[in-house]
Amino acid sequence: MTWTDLQTALGRQGYVASDDLAVALHLALQLERPLLLEGAAGVGKTEVARTLSQAKDTQLIRLQCYEGLDAAQAIYEWNYQRQLLSIRASAEDGETGKAVEQRIFSREFLLERPLLAAITRDKPPVLLIDEIDRADEEFEAYLLEVLSDYQISVPELGTITATSKPMVILTSNGTRDLSDALRRRCLYTHVAYPDRQTELSILKSRCPQVEDHLAHQVIGFVQTLRKEDLEKTPGIAEMLDFAAALMGLGIADLTDNPAVLQATLTTLLKTQSDQAQITPEVAARIAGKAA
Amino acid sequence: MTRVTRFAARDPGPAARMTGFITHLRQNGLRLGVSEAETALTALTLVDAPDIEHCRMAMRAVCTGCAEEADRFDELFNSYWLDAGRVKQRLIPKSDASPSNDVQSSRDRSGETAHSGGTATTPDTQEGAADNDGTGKLIATRQSNLKRKDLRELIRPEDIAEAEAVARRIGEALRDRRSRRRIAARKGDRLHFRKIIRRSLATGGEPLHLLRKQRPDRSRKVVALCDVSGSMSVYSQVFLAFLAGLMRADKDADAYLFHTRLVRITEALRDKDAMQAIGRLSLMANGFGGGTKIGPSLQRFADTYARRFVDGRSVVLILSDGYDTEPPQGLANALSKLKKRGCRIIWLNPLKGWQDYAPIAGAMAAALPEIDLFKPANTLADLENLRPELVTL
Repeated sequence: MTWTDLQTALGRQGYVASDDLAVALHLALQLERPLLLEGAAGVGKTEVARTLSQAKDTQLIRLQCYEGLDAAQAIYEWNYQRQLLSIRASAEDGETGKAVEQRIFSREFLLERPLLAAITRDKPPVLLIDEIDRADEEFEAYLLEVLSDYQISVPELGTITATSKPMVILTSNGTRDLSDALRRRCLYTHVAYPDRQTELSILKSRCPQVEDHLAHQVIGFVQTLRKEDLEKTPGIAEMLDFAAALMGLGIADLTDNPAVLQATLTTLLKTQSDQAQITPEVAARIAGKAA
Repeated sequence: MTRVTRFAARDPGPAARMTGFITHLRQNGLRLGVSEAETALTALTLVDAPDIEHCRMAMRAVCTGCAEEADRFDELFNSYWLDAGRVKQRLIPKSDASPSNDVQSSRDRSGETAHSGGTATTPDTQEGAADNDGTGKLIATRQSNLKRKDLRELIRPEDIAEAEAVARRIGEALRDRRSRRRIAARKGDRLHFRKIIRRSLATGGEPLHLLRKQRPDRSRKVVALCDVSGSMSVYSQVFLAFLAGLMRADKDADAYLFHTRLVRITEALRDKDAMQAIGRLSLMANGFGGGTKIGPSLQRFADTYARRFVDGRSVVLILSDGYDTEPPQGLANALSKLKKRGCRIIWLNPLKGWQDYAPIAGAMAAALPEIDLFKPANTLADLENLRPELVTL
């Protein structure tokens, strides 16, 4: 399978991947290395993992990182309540203490969290570690161990080695600098906002029913809007919402009705100051340019 | 039009060229280890190697690690593989590098190699790095000058920003306090046995729910009182900047001005624009001026605001020269009343920085017994030096 095959496979699932991204993804799969995706919010980083799991027809295991994420939520946890009940039940059966201890620290009583789940599947799943930059540095170090050896050590059980190596995709928004060690372990791709042509094909593949004329206008509008000095630049999802809103309102041309255009901007502009900045006049000017 | 580098005939083969390329990248500040050369070679077997654009994309994925490196990669790639030096000419249909760019980049390369020796571990972002160095040094020297100045020369906004930064650090030093005891918390580091046992009664003595406890953050609250009377006017602007910084660093801090009467300025200082806040305050401060009534002002503070805002976790910061027009006994009474609320009192006196200063002014002498810390504060360095002592309070 070459990288172009992968690109078409993703395309069939409705994801238009740039050449750069497709090559990187292909290499990551072939070399069995994690792939680190960086880029602004809303360029489709998370969507890559979802589409990849669909294309490969495998499970997607997602670990959403946040500040204070710890090993118990990311790797494994003992099912404490079940252990207790088991001890109580075994006391009535007259089981010896040694045997009980053996039993309650077995895999049966282990609650799998995403990282452990990802390495114990029969078919390699896609492991998405989302927004790794939000997790603490300690967790990043922990992750390094898992990603380099694909094994997890549980003190009471011993080491659990991977039955299958997951395809790992990490995403980051750059809220904090990631460590060099993590960057070195991963292949890297910076995902930028798509260019006009790519974005047009994204719109076509996601909303096939949109008219050609309107599609060109929508893409032109959004691409120009991204160049404005906004607090929150609209991403691809916003663009799709915008197109859907226009279609839902039965609009065939952006310049037709400034009032409706302004109303649909709520799908693109997500802060108060951005909405104040794009006045009806500005919106009309951008729409005029895009037409 | 780009040109592919033709390597010498005795060149041992692709592996050596790849090692050369990795070395080239490393000299240009990319952080690459030995294993990357191997990975890069393996990667080439997985793409359509004769196509140069495919190679470029593959190597970019392997060799870069952050957005800046990815940006520079094209140039580095061109300068090694498409070097105009020893060449056979060949047209590459899809390439964005212009010939002039090539010449430029090969020259750049030698330049960068020459100075990259010392900074091998940092990403060499061309002139960006040099820029940073430059401003860094400028700030450092400016700062040391600034620190030795008497505060009355501090009038420029940048300097006030500097004073603000110091205030921010001091505010942080004051605030960071942890309690010794633990209280119930959802994610604690210890088990909360009393709660676990209480909860276990519902499940027949079986402790099914593990509840936790943690040391809570018990921050200290800073309450600052700034003297803006005539004698203090040369210092007041900087002290106000200092207060503004404190307000910004610390959401719980509280600030007051006094001269002949007391004004609460906490809200005014919370203005989004720092300079605007200071401007508003300067106006307020100038509006009064004249004499100083430290004693009555503090008395009023102790009787009114202190009841609401001062407790055992507060640090009361008084910025004043101690020249009072009222009898000193009032000040002593006010301070002892404040003290009974359990707070710490710090007096920062700009005059104390002068040589041969002795606290002989009546008010100052009367206040001394009640004060936990009496320090000079007429240079920024003094304010900065306060930090270690505040931490141990």
